[in-house]
Amino acid sequence: MENLVEIENVTFGYNARPILKGINMTAKRGQVVAIMGSSGCGKTTLLRLIGGQIKPSKGLVRVAGQNVAELEQDGLYELRRKMGMLFQFGALFTDMNVFDNIAFQLREHTSLPEEIIRDLVLMKLHAVGLRGAANLMPSELSGGMARRVALARAIALEPTLVMYDEPFAGLDPISLGVIGNIIRRLTDTLGLTSIVVTHDVQESLKIVDYVYFISEGVIEAEGSAEEMRASDLPFVHQFVHGEPDGPVPFQYPAPPYAEDLGLSL
Amino acid sequence: MIAPLRVIARLGRYTLDGISRTGFAARFFLATLLHSGTAFRRFGLTIREIYFAGVLSLIIILVSGLFVGMVLGLQGYETLQTYGSESALGVLVALSLVRELGPVVAGLLFASRAGSAITAEIGLMKATEQLSAMEMMAVDPVARVIAPRFWAGVISMPMLAAMFSAVGIFGGYLVGVVLIGVDEGSFWSQMQDKVDFQADIINGVVKSVVFGIAVTAIALFEGYDAPPTAEGVSGATTRTVVTSSLAILGLDFILTAFMFRGVS
Repeated sequence: MENLVEIENVTFGYNARPILKGINMTAKRGQVVAIMGSSGCGKTTLLRLIGGQIKPSKGLVRVAGQNVAELEQDGLYELRRKMGMLFQFGALFTDMNVFDNIAFQLREHTSLPEEIIRDLVLMKLHAVGLRGAANLMPSELSGGMARRVALARAIALEPTLVMYDEPFAGLDPISLGVIGNIIRRLTDTLGLTSIVVTHDVQESLKIVDYVYFISEGVIEAEGSAEEMRASDLPFVHQFVHGEPDGPVPFQYPAPPYAEDLGLSL
Repeated sequence: MIAPLRVIARLGRYTLDGISRTGFAARFFLATLLHSGTAFRRFGLTIREIYFAGVLSLIIILVSGLFVGMVLGLQGYETLQTYGSESALGVLVALSLVRELGPVVAGLLFASRAGSAITAEIGLMKATEQLSAMEMMAVDPVARVIAPRFWAGVISMPMLAAMFSAVGIFGGYLVGVVLIGVDEGSFWSQMQDKVDFQADIINGVVKSVVFGIAVTAIALFEGYDAPPTAEGVSGATTRTVVTSSLAILGLDFILTAFMFRGVS
């Protein structure tokens, strides 16, 4: 299968603080790829690099064979029309209702007549089960519904690549299952490639084809969901089984406890 | 580091931060002008913002204008009658409003009513990643969100100032003519005679356009530059009101100095 996204030896940092150190990663067409790791390990930064919102300090990010960092604004916007992105809390436009949110890109980028836009929007909303919510405002939606609307918006222009930033964060168990299910189903039926950034192991291992584990800016492990479940690498084991202590320590680095409390032992 | 060096280092950091922020603001303003095509091609976007920035500011502008005019009527009459020239009340009210109070007070009210709202809206759009989302959808937020609001502010401000002055003159008339009994004929005819279209009205309009540019540009920049947190947005909103009020007063002095040279 052909690679849609290729990340080669990418290093990135804000100011002098390195976030990603020499990352290598690929996403094949038609796959759901998960990037996992604890909060603040640089997962979202990777999505921003793929979307061209930031440029790597070293290394290459290629999407559909194009070096993202070298594209001018026009080229980048052209590429982004083939990308959809689901932001962590949906990032729905709060001054528009659900329908207009999904119609936004269709109106901005196409000259389709309103009747066709209406049909397309209703089809997308039906795919996420929210056709009946078309006239609601974002403030009237629950967290799970907002995420589904954002998902419908992300696929409005039928992109080839969809990126999901923490799609499972803060959802109830039913919504978790629904979102996971929709991601898998959309990837298969629309022939998309999906990159899911998450720290929800149980939910995402059910739907993904390939997983990368990132810790402190480097890839600690990669493989299929089964391989990761069976892995005996200490980091992966701690992460998959949710153990409080291990290679990722429970305590933030600090001077010795006794010393901090002024005790002499 | 020893204390004096720390002070110097901090001073240097503030200076550098200030310079880079000014540079960013200038680039942002330039980008807004360069991406203004959408605001005019799809004028509906700008009209919508004129509603939010202009139409919704009408109540506060009209009510304030009426009261300012009525106070001018009272104060003006009080002073003019000492010299027996109360018939010039109309001129005094009209000139004070169209030259000075209309643009300045309407500008200050616009900064606190519409400027703060613009900053809070843009700041929250940024904090909730709506601007990032737009960028990821290959839609330039400067063209789609910033430019229409900028032009809406620039268009609204002179209209609001003109309405402020008109209602103010009516307030002066109410107090001077209807309440106190100044002669109606001389109130209006002296006003017609002494208020010059070019020197007074056009210059007042120029002022209000400049204030509109300043307030809206400051409000948009503060929102766009706000840290994406609750404190960040609230701080930016406060800065908008403070900075744009000071800008209005400073610019007013400069503009007045240039405009009314040699006008008796």
